[in-house]
Amino acid sequence: MTKIYIPLDMAAVAMGADRLAVAVAKEAAARGQQVEIVRNGSRGMLWLEPLIEVETPAGRVGYGPAKVKDVASLFDAGFLTGGAHALNIGVVDEHPWMKRQNRVTFVRCGVIDPLSVPEYEAHDGFKGLKRAFEIGAPAVVEEVTKSGLRGRGGAGFPTGIKWKTVADCAPGQKYVVVNADEGDSGTFADRMIMEGDPLSLIEGMAICGYAVGASKGYVYLRSEYPVVVKVFQAAIEKAHEAGWLGKNIKGSGFDFDVELRIGAGAYVCGEETSLLESLEGKRGIVRAKPPLPAHVGLFGKPTVINNVLSMATVPMILEKGAKHYADLGVGRSRGTMPLQIAGNVKFGGLFETDFGIPLGVIVNDIAGGTRTGRPVKAVQVGGPLGAYVPVSLFDLPIDYEAFAAKDSLIGHGGLVVFDDTADMLWMARFGMEFCAIESCGKCTPCRIGSTRGVETIDKIRNGQDVEKNIELLKDLCHTMKFGSLCALGGFAPYPVESALRHFPEDFRKPALEAAE
Amino acid sequence: MAGAAPYSDERAREIIAAHMSLEGPALPILHALQAEFGHVPESAVKEMAQALNISRAEMHGVVTFYHDFHTSPHGRHTLKICRAESCQSMGAEKQANDFLARHKLEWGQTTPDGSLTVEPVYCLGLCAHSPAALYDNEPVGVVDGETLDAFVEEAKGK
Repeated sequence: MTKIYIPLDMAAVAMGADRLAVAVAKEAAARGQQVEIVRNGSRGMLWLEPLIEVETPAGRVGYGPAKVKDVASLFDAGFLTGGAHALNIGVVDEHPWMKRQNRVTFVRCGVIDPLSVPEYEAHDGFKGLKRAFEIGAPAVVEEVTKSGLRGRGGAGFPTGIKWKTVADCAPGQKYVVVNADEGDSGTFADRMIMEGDPLSLIEGMAICGYAVGASKGYVYLRSEYPVVVKVFQAAIEKAHEAGWLGKNIKGSGFDFDVELRIGAGAYVCGEETSLLESLEGKRGIVRAKPPLPAHVGLFGKPTVINNVLSMATVPMILEKGAKHYADLGVGRSRGTMPLQIAGNVKFGGLFETDFGIPLGVIVNDIAGGTRTGRPVKAVQVGGPLGAYVPVSLFDLPIDYEAFAAKDSLIGHGGLVVFDDTADMLWMARFGMEFCAIESCGKCTPCRIGSTRGVETIDKIRNGQDVEKNIELLKDLCHTMKFGSLCALGGFAPYPVESALRHFPEDFRKPALEAAE
Repeated sequence: MAGAAPYSDERAREIIAAHMSLEGPALPILHALQAEFGHVPESAVKEMAQALNISRAEMHGVVTFYHDFHTSPHGRHTLKICRAESCQSMGAEKQANDFLARHKLEWGQTTPDGSLTVEPVYCLGLCAHSPAALYDNEPVGVVDGETLDAFVEEAKGK
């Protein structure tokens, strides 16, 4: 029986993985070959998807990107024993893209069957939770604090401090909420973890619940991810069956349940307080802080809200100890960053690395430059509210503080590359338009500012009082940045200001040329 | 695609009742109603307000806040085309505009035969395969004009 891996990851499915799996099974049956097809997560080499892996004595040999039309020739070439074929990329673990990484959060993603509890356990799964039970709740909080783990949602808030605040609240109903509303363009790490290693998120939530005294956890998932819904729901059931969720988990006396909730297409619900409103069944309108959700959160109870990646990293921190994690990275950016390389690139995908790697190395070397083959013009780092970084700043290391010093952000670690055909005035306009569409409407700077922003950029585009309107736009950005209630309005100026700062020529084109 | 069932107050009440044990049940109920009827009609909003003991205005506010919920029927199939930055970096904006022009549609509109509604979406998480789209629940990477046109044809057939 030969084991074959074909990803169920949404990106692989979007490139035909489901049809490929059917074709491989059919061809194997027709040829009388005994195969077992495992639907794994993605290894992150997305330009190779769908990537078929075959288990051989030498290791897992990869073939990609494989199409249905390649199936017969793969069998002819003896791919079940690692035979030579134009799509053969060799042993996947030895691939240069994999070898350059330091996989911590993504160590199991693409490797194991995401829905097999025994496989998860065989790859160190649930060791973190077991250790949590051994050392007790206060020590778990201490461990997470010492690891230096920070939120992956944008602001980079220390996870341990959040947990301690909730743990210190009086006992009673508390909640663990995972923000899986990954709405930023160029980000897909949360999706990949939830499809490729969902049990790590469930384990992280259970550890958190145990540490802070919560018995209920919610995952708030955006509705644009239909594959995650299926995989994660199944993972919750598997964890229950195996006794890792539910009453008295493994005889610890600790009860914990996880429920998956689906959003409804509102970007602002990625902001933690509007996410809570949405979970409560209301309009996703931002709450003023304080009170912090840690004190008054879901249904008015103390609540930990963490991003998927922070939560999925927690089991490893508990298993290996805080120091192991803290020793990775640079400065105050501890650990690793799963970078999501996207947009106009040759080799797009997920690349997990220690903090500190320069931006230019990622774009030119790891991502192989643009897919169109044209020169790079800009990279938007950290989602639609992130800054456009020009080639002249390619020395910047991936580090929260280094980016902040250049008025930019790392956010979620998404990189969207643009070639020299990109019109930065248009991208700035889109940034404002997006904010106008997605604003929850509670505060004036965001609600009105974004609409006026689009109008002002249109005037600049039409060549109307260009310099005066650029000044007005800057002023508007300033108001939004410092007057908005949450990060949607507060960060929307980043793409606009960075486009203005680094690409001033795009704002001063003759009117006719600037038109579409 | 789900959502062919004709609306009845009785069926709506059943769906609502099935979710009332959840904490904060409004969004799960709305998803379930839309899956059943293809949209969330005004009468269902009224039933929900009653069951949740909130005003109809408040319930209406919830339904209209979210892009996913719609109060009138859409086409039998839905094509969501990504307009976010990553897809734009690979020319999605022009591609989508050309597509809409070819089929004489605007964002959010349904083809005259009622077969397909075209909606914008802001990121499908398929950013390494830009430009991307979602046809009903089927993700598609590296789409071109031809792929998009094929969905219009496919929708017509069913």
